[in-house]
Parts: sequence; structure tokens; C-alpha cells
Amino acid sequence: METAGISTVIVTPMPHFAEALGAPRAVGVAFPFGHPLGHAGDRDEQMKVIGDALRVLREAPGPGTVEHLPYEWPDFERWKQEWQPAEPSPIVALLRERLRAQAEARRQEDPSRRSGGS
Amino acid sequence: MTIDSFRWLPGAIAAYYRGLPRQGGEPIPWAPLAKPIERCRFALVTTAGLYMKDRDPSFDLDGERRNPFWGDPTYRVIPRDARQEQIGVAHLHINPADLLADMNVALPVQRFLELEVAGEIGSLAPSHYSFMGFQMDNSAWEKRYGPEVAARMKEEGVDAVLLTPV
Repeated sequence: METAGISTVIVTPMPHFAEALGAPRAVGVAFPFGHPLGHAGDRDEQMKVIGDALRVLREAPGPGTVEHLPYEWPDFERWKQEWQPAEPSPIVALLRERLRAQAEARRQEDPSRRSGGS
Repeated sequence: MTIDSFRWLPGAIAAYYRGLPRQGGEPIPWAPLAKPIERCRFALVTTAGLYMKDRDPSFDLDGERRNPFWGDPTYRVIPRDARQEQIGVAHLHINPADLLADMNVALPVQRFLELEVAGEIGSLAPSHYSFMGFQMDNSAWEKRYGPEVAARMKEEGVDAVLLTPV
């Protein structure tokens, strides 16, 4: 989009990647995945984040401007689960299954793990 | 304050991401803001997998279930007058409950309409764009859908974009 002459600003929970991959302008939020602008129904919080993003859009001195916003997300431990889907995504389910199968294969190949030593 | 980008991830996945080598060296594209924000026309882009469920097909989630390494790279247009009850969410990697309750959490159309009324932005474009963010391979975005969306934005006179990867 920037190459088409359109200015952009990103709001991301992973500012690490905005920095590592080189975003033109970004703000980082300490919000869980799926919630870049904050809580559902919280107009004021959403407007604060948008206001900061527009300020960075206006004032960024040059490419690679990434600002970390100070807004907190309460109840971190619960939300570490809450943001995730009820069912694991297909790739997570597949990788978990592969890890399980590998562990099982190692157990069968290595008698010391099965019988507790030869 | 520095945000830990990996704080929401399970330990093993967080460790994997932290260990990835930093890329870089490529010049960052840069379009200076062409005019004051109060005169800019805005479009919004998200990767939350939103779609107009009364009008458009969902994203191809069955295709992803068949091949877990693939994610549907197409996009859906969300009009500026979209109502919450028209919005569906097709994304297998996040809990969709809050997006189904309030799309502004990822695609803040209603907030930007308020900014338009208040004169704090020039205007909100007619069309906004929703992708489904699980992509192991970005080439279809880079080669086809990204340029296509940028061209549609140019047709609608867009000056600036707010992007919200989820």
C-alpha cells in the first residue's frame, strides 16, 4: 500500500514483528490476540488506541516508527486461555499429535525408557 | 514501556518465535502522509476473518481443516454501513466471541464514522477489507490480493489505512 502512495499505520499485539520485519508505522498494544483495539463495547478504550495510531501516522519521523502503548489488560492469567479458540486450530492439533507420536516412538525404540534400565 | 509480544502464547511457541533470526536490511516502504489527517480519506484492513454473512461466502475453513498448513488467502469487503448483526467471523485461531459482539475491536468502522462526524478525519471510504490471518505462505497476499486491495483503495480515493492484524 505504501508503494501505491497510501500511508499506513498498524495496530499490533506483536510489535516485535513490526520492528523485525520493518513496518512503516506501528503501535503495539498489550492486548490479547483478536483484540487489537481493546475490549468489546469499550468505546473510550478503542478511541484512545485509534487516537494514538493517528498521532503516530501524523508525527512519525520516518520508516520503522514503532511505539508501545501503555494500556493494560487486566486478568492476564484468565485471558491467556480466553483468547484461544474453544477447539485447537488444525495446525496446533496436528503438531500436538506429531509430538505425541514422536515421543511414543522414542519410548518404543529406547528400552531403558520402557523397562527402567537393562 | 516495552510490550512483550509473546506474552499470550504458550511457552514452547513463545520460545520458538523468540529464537527466530531477525530479518531486515530491506528498505521499508514509505508513503508520506499527503495531507492533514482532517482531510484524509481512510480505509480499514483487518486479518480477523470478518465477512458479511448475509451477502458473502465465509472463508474456506474446510480447506484449512483438510490441509492445516494452508489458510484461505482471499479477502472480503466490509462496507462502511455494515451492521454488527451482519458480521460473521471465520478464523480458527482465535476466540471469535468478542468480534461477534463488537466488530470495532478489530475493524473500527463505527469509531471512524464518529471521527468523520466530528471532523477529526476527512472521511471514511465506502469499502474496508478483511483477510483471514493464518497464512504460512504470504505469496498470494503479496502477488495478488494485496495489490488488488491497494488498487481498489486508489479507486475510492483512499489516502491512509489503519491495519489491525489480530
